[in-house]
Amino acid sequence: MDAIDLLIVVARVVVVFALLLVVTLLNVWLERKIVADMQNRIGPDRAGPFGILQTLADGMKLFFKEQVTPRKVELGVYLMAPFLAVIPALLTFMVVPWGRPIEIAGRVVPLQGTDLNIGLLFILAMSSVAVYAVVMAGWSSGSKYPLLGGVRATAQAISYEAAMGLSMVAVVMFTATAGDGGTLSLAEIVARQQGSWGDALGIPALGWVPRWNLFPELVAFGIFLIAAIAETNRAPFDLVEAEQELVGGFHTEYSGIRFAMFFLAEYINIFTMSAIAVTLFLGGWNGPTWEGTVPAVISAILPTVWFLLKTYVIIFVFFWIRATLPRLRYDQLMQLGWKRLIPGAFVWLILSTVVIGIRQFGWPWT
Amino acid sequence: MGVMSELWKGLRVTGRIGLRSLFGRGIVTTEYPHEFRTKPQRFHGRHVLNRYPDGMEKCIGCELCAGACPAQCIFVRGADNPPDDPTSPGERFGFVYEINMLRCIFCGLCVEACPTEAITMTHLFEMSVTSREDAIYTKNELLMRPDGSVPHPRPDDPYADMSELEVADGWLRATAPAGSAAYEGVTMWQGTPGPASWDPEPDQETRDA
Repeated sequence: MDAIDLLIVVARVVVVFALLLVVTLLNVWLERKIVADMQNRIGPDRAGPFGILQTLADGMKLFFKEQVTPRKVELGVYLMAPFLAVIPALLTFMVVPWGRPIEIAGRVVPLQGTDLNIGLLFILAMSSVAVYAVVMAGWSSGSKYPLLGGVRATAQAISYEAAMGLSMVAVVMFTATAGDGGTLSLAEIVARQQGSWGDALGIPALGWVPRWNLFPELVAFGIFLIAAIAETNRAPFDLVEAEQELVGGFHTEYSGIRFAMFFLAEYINIFTMSAIAVTLFLGGWNGPTWEGTVPAVISAILPTVWFLLKTYVIIFVFFWIRATLPRLRYDQLMQLGWKRLIPGAFVWLILSTVVIGIRQFGWPWT
Repeated sequence: MGVMSELWKGLRVTGRIGLRSLFGRGIVTTEYPHEFRTKPQRFHGRHVLNRYPDGMEKCIGCELCAGACPAQCIFVRGADNPPDDPTSPGERFGFVYEINMLRCIFCGLCVEACPTEAITMTHLFEMSVTSREDAIYTKNELLMRPDGSVPHPRPDDPYADMSELEVADGWLRATAPAGSAAYEGVTMWQGTPGPASWDPEPDQETRDA
């Protein structure tokens, strides 16, 4: 490890940081545009071409706005909560590989913040920490609506974290059969989704089907997607900040840049969750690169393009669902979490364990 | 899987509308300062004080509008016409005429109450002000010019629709004449402020004959 390696590490982190901020600017605009289209409206179109700079303008406005601190807040916790929301949101994406490792002057640079060998556990840990921000913001505001939002966040996080974790376990177990032993490293999980199912199963007719975990783990993917929407507090699971009932939920008493940080965290989380879904189920950055037929630069960039493309498909589904579904009632939220998703995830986990076991070790009675 | 099919049903609706809007069809939003919606003929906008074709003011300072106003937003004080240089035909004219647009509810009762059709309404509706004093419209702002045109409050505004002041609400004239069935189907109002351009109403004997 020399100075250049250190520089590369810094560069990777800075690039991920910048990517998240730029993507957030884009996503807020994109969501507003898409939802507007689905509601027969025009959406933001004043700032920049097609209004693409709207988020920038909003962000600048929030930056210069007065930060009102209500009299009854617990000041320390109140000031800490926005940071506690943003930092885990930024950290979670650090373990997601967003492109194929590239080779520059003999050094292999993985396009990833860092390749943790416990990547998935890190993601689960960070998304749990992010809930603390909501709870702390709700509690420290000293006002009833944020408190209700915070309480809801706790219950919602517990309900859906479990289902999400279980659907991830199914993927981890499946991935273990695809290579040499089990792994929690996201880079490794992506690497094991290379190729096609035709080659993996020895069926030439399936040669065009990419070897994504999506196909064998379809149910887990569905459960993960629902849990991801709930984890990011998006409609129809946005009870935490339900405008109509709770004014703004946990961030009611926040204004200016402090509110902007919660907002930023929410949109980073959407992007991160979509990226994780792509990494676990849709083969990450895998895709045709046409090695040799196109310039090397293009085939080095193409994996990143594929990754972003897949991520944006998932993000679009997020927005689409937001534009379509009304908010769940609180008991419906709990029922869906505890009576459908968690048992469903368990059943699927057992089923896929049995199938994997049979494939690996043969039928138990022969 | 009933849930899934219901979900898909909903997603299809938003998807279809989203796709349609993407090609610019079916969007109901109008880009307001650039394009105006067409207002109905009887739209109740800002008031205007009319003149006769010869340039005389129609207002006679009778304060019936102020009396009819449910919001009490009109303040009128009449004064005697100077005999050698009358402002209006008749004994008196509206010396002070003020309407507080913050209180006005645009009901049009003043228009109905006016015996001389001196006050009518236009289609101008953009009346935002930066101070409360500015919201009180004085006679200078309300009165039309001797040539029949109405001074626009923001003549340099590139987004203002200057034609709004040239259109009068025709509500009074359509309903006023005694509510008689004899006037059914007869248009007794005109689209522009200013002097009436129709024949005088027939008297009762002629009408009932």
